[in-house]
Order: sequence, then C-alpha cells, then structure tokens
Amino acid sequence: MSTILTIAAKEVRDGLRNRWVAATTLLMAALALTLTFLGAAPTGTVGVGQVEVTIVSLSSLTIFLLPLLALLLSFDAIVGEIDRGTMLLLLSYPVARWQALLGKFLGHLAIIAFATLCGYGCAGAALWATVPAIGPQSWAAFAAMLGSSVLLGGVFVSLGYLASTLVRDRGTAAGIAVALWLVFVLLYDMGLLGLLVATQGQGLGTGLLNALLLANPADAYRLFNLAGFAEVGRYAGMAGLAAHGTLAPGLLLLALAGWLLLPLGLSALILSRRQI
Amino acid sequence: MSTAPTVEARAVCKRYGRHEAVRGVDLTLHPGECVALVGHNGAGKSSLIKLMLGLTHPTGGSLHVLGQDPAGPQAARIRRQVGFLPENVAFHPGMTGLECLDFYARLKGLPTAGNRDLLERVGLGREAAGKRIGTYSKGMRQRLGLSQALLGAPRLLFLDEPTTGLDPALRQSFYAIVRELRDGGATVLLCSHALTELEGQADRVVVMNRGRKVAEGCLATLRQLADLPVRLRVRPVDGTQAGTLCALYGIPAQDGPVVALSCSGADKLPLLRHLLESGIPLEDLEVVQPSLDDIYAHFLAREDAA
Repeated sequence: MSTILTIAAKEVRDGLRNRWVAATTLLMAALALTLTFLGAAPTGTVGVGQVEVTIVSLSSLTIFLLPLLALLLSFDAIVGEIDRGTMLLLLSYPVARWQALLGKFLGHLAIIAFATLCGYGCAGAALWATVPAIGPQSWAAFAAMLGSSVLLGGVFVSLGYLASTLVRDRGTAAGIAVALWLVFVLLYDMGLLGLLVATQGQGLGTGLLNALLLANPADAYRLFNLAGFAEVGRYAGMAGLAAHGTLAPGLLLLALAGWLLLPLGLSALILSRRQI
Repeated sequence: MSTAPTVEARAVCKRYGRHEAVRGVDLTLHPGECVALVGHNGAGKSSLIKLMLGLTHPTGGSLHVLGQDPAGPQAARIRRQVGFLPENVAFHPGMTGLECLDFYARLKGLPTAGNRDLLERVGLGREAAGKRIGTYSKGMRQRLGLSQALLGAPRLLFLDEPTTGLDPALRQSFYAIVRELRDGGATVLLCSHALTELEGQADRVVVMNRGRKVAEGCLATLRQLADLPVRLRVRPVDGTQAGTLCALYGIPAQDGPVVALSCSGADKLPLLRHLLESGIPLEDLEVVQPSLDDIYAHFLAREDAA
C-alpha cells in the first residue's frame, strides 16, 4: 500500500510543479463562478432554485470540460514513462506493474478531484454567501454533482490510461484520447438523437435506450445529475424523463463505477504483458 | 558473507518475436566480484540485464538471482537487494535531485535520512541536490543515477554504460566507489561497448555478440586466448640499417628509419634477444601489446566468421 501511495504522491507533486493543478483549478473556478452568476440572471433576485440552475449549468460544463482535462492528464501516463525510460527504472524497484499503474491513477484522480472540488466549491461558496435560505435538498443535489463529477473525471482518466497502455507511440495515444472525447462527449449523443428523430422515437424500446445511455459514461453522468433530483430535473427540462424513473440513480452510479474500473483493469492486464 | 553465486544463468535464451536477443548464455557471478559485460549495441547486454532484473521472462534455460527466480513471487524481495543504473538514465525533470532520491528510497522501503550524504558521495553537493533535475547536466544526471543504484547497500549492482557523460576525474571517483562496493562483498556487473576503459576495473570480462557469449575470462586470459601478435617498433642508430633489419627478418623493405616487426606473444622474448644480439646498434625500441579493443575486435571478428 505504501508503494502505491508513494507513487501517487509523486504524481500529485508533479502536477503541482508543472502548474497543472493550479491551472485546472483556476480554470474550473473561473468557469464555475461565471456560470453561477450568469445562471442567476433568469431566476432574478428572488433566487428561487438558484442552486438547481447552477447544478444544471455546472454539470453541462463538466461533461465537456472534465473528460478533456482528464484525458489530457492521462494519455501520456504510461506510454510517456516507457518512452522516457523512467518506467524501466521504476519497475526495477520492488514495484509490481499494477502497483505502478494504480499509484499513478490515484495521483491523477486526486488532481482531478482537487480541481473539481475547489473549482466548483467556489461556486458553492458564492451561492452560500449570496442566496438566502438554501434547503438541504439543494445542497444534497450539489454534493451529488460534485461527487459524480469526480467520478466522471476518474472514468476518463481510466480511459486515457487504457489508450496509454495500448499503444507504443505518444502521438497515437494523444490521437486516441481526442477520439475518445469526440465520441463520448459529442458524436454519441448526436448519433443517438439522430436515431430517435429518424425513427420518430419509435425504433428504440425503453430498454434499449436505457442500455445505450448507460453505455456512455457522459450520458450516465448527465442523467444522474439532471434527472436524478426532481427539483433539478424541473430546471433541466428533464422532468418528464425523471418521472419515468427508468434508470435509478444507483444504477447510473454503478455504470460510472464500471466505466472507471473496466478500462483500468484492462490496462493493468495489458501492462502486465507488455515488453518494457 | 555468503559465497553462494549471486547470479546463476544456465543456457538462458530470450526471444522477442523472431528476434533472438539472448542465445544460450551461461553466466555465474559471485559476491565480491566486478564483472564487465562487453558487446556492441544489440549484442544482448541490456536484454540479459532485463532478464536478471525480472522485467522479462526467459524463453529458455534457467536463471537464478540471489538464489531465486527474479520474475517469480520473490521478485520484490530480490529487487530490494539489487541496484540498477539503466543506460541513458532518465528522471522526472520537475523533481529536485534530493526529492527524486527520497522517492526511490521510499519505494525500496528505506529511510530517507542518509540521502544527502549519498548524493554528496557521488559528487552532488548540497546546492545541486536542491536543484530541479531538468537543469542538470548529463554528468549530474548520471551521478544521480548512480546514487539511486546505491540505495540500500545492494548485494548486486547492474550498471549499464555507467560512465557515459562523465569527465575523466569523475570517472576515476566513480570506479573508486565501484571498487569500494566490490570490496564490501557486492557483485558489480558493468556493461560497456568499450573494453579499454575497463582495464584495471573488472576482475573478469564477458564478451557478447549477437546474443551469444563469445569469450569469458580475466583480461590476461583473454589476451592469451586471442593470441594476437605483439608489435615491435625498432629504430636503428644508423637509418640506413633499417633495410638490413628488414632483410634479416625476411620482411619487405619499409620507408623511413623505423622498422615495424610483429610476432606472437610467446616469441616476443626470443625475438628481443635476437634483435639485441644482432650487432645492429639500436636507438629506440617500442613494444606495442595488443590493446583491449584489438582483443575485443578479434573475438567479434572470429564470431562473425564462424
């Protein structure tokens, strides 16, 4: 365990040194604060449901931004170390390959978690300071959004690691990372929407649609946050979907956890067979 | 101190796809021994080291390091007692030298208290230890590499091209450290493409070519095995007598006042005696022994011809 933590701590320190942590945290805080105050405009000064509106804005931001940050952080993690020769030295120490992988993963996850919690925490603090009387329900939804955002970041760090262990070239790993982002964040939903429009909503049964939504971590995240809480759903225009309640929040979280563990396990398996 | 071999390889083979990187190598290393592994790039030295580190599995033969299979369940226990300096060692540029060494010490489960002294010992002072590795010169990185290999007083050290980038003074202090370790009972395996530098450092030399071990022994033994001609450069007092000398030994006449002769190592003394008793007054006489590089080239050429 201490081996894994040592490697994770080193990864975090690297992140602090090359300003990754500072840059991502500032970026997320700036965007979160902007969205919070812009998002306050339509609700007016009464501030009804302002937390809910913020959750809708922030989770939309998360879907685009966090996977990108996570992939940028992770695509080079394994292939870069092998390329530079630092992996060879690391593995000549009493470190198993899965330990090296898991340690680095935890370090990168900690960086993502820090940036998310601090960045979005600013938005939370701003709400707390400016909006009177926020109910515990709203705070619960906000906390769930924070937690699931970190989980989504972890999913894409894990996917980035898979890309990084699969290929021998850093450029290829970067290309795969960009492709992963495009597919999961943009193209998948466009395709799904196109399919629904083309079949006038008749072609896909509820079961198949649910399966397709679970098959994309970004969609699972979106549903969890926008439809998982009734109040938020009202503002997100997802009330209808939420009312159906076909996908329980627990199931969506499970899907996200699966999306985190599966690529990570797969990359550990590939790394254990790879020539260093 | 145990006298059991630290490394025992029997007919070890390693194949990467179609490429046979190591072919049937036997190698035994003992405690308190400094052995040089010599060969071209791609001769199989690094592949052999990776096998001994347990980073790859042999495709044939048997390999034991410190009495165990290096890639087996005891790998972590073995690696705690092994130091490794890779060729072209690389570190994370954002860390300082001291932070880097502390990181590696923690991985070996060692206290980090003595790390400043260890850096001092390889010639990285207090100021250099606090600088980021990104600002280091090649020689400083190499010294940091050596210091991480020395962590935890290893019983077995693999040093791959350890002196590249070191100036002659540092090279001397580097070999002094190696000798100290060897005298302390550690096994040191030095890899190099050049033999000349290893003269006086290695107790034994193993020459590898194309994955095979082509020669093994101390330098004197290798000299004997190669039996390369000794060259004599003779300058008679009277320049005109150079021709006479050539005629005397039945060699074609040479330009200039210096006559170059060659003979096998065993004939060297009789030839010298004959020269001195020939009655031709000599101004100078130089005996040129085959250099280590000549011997090395000889073994590689012999292997290529086979």
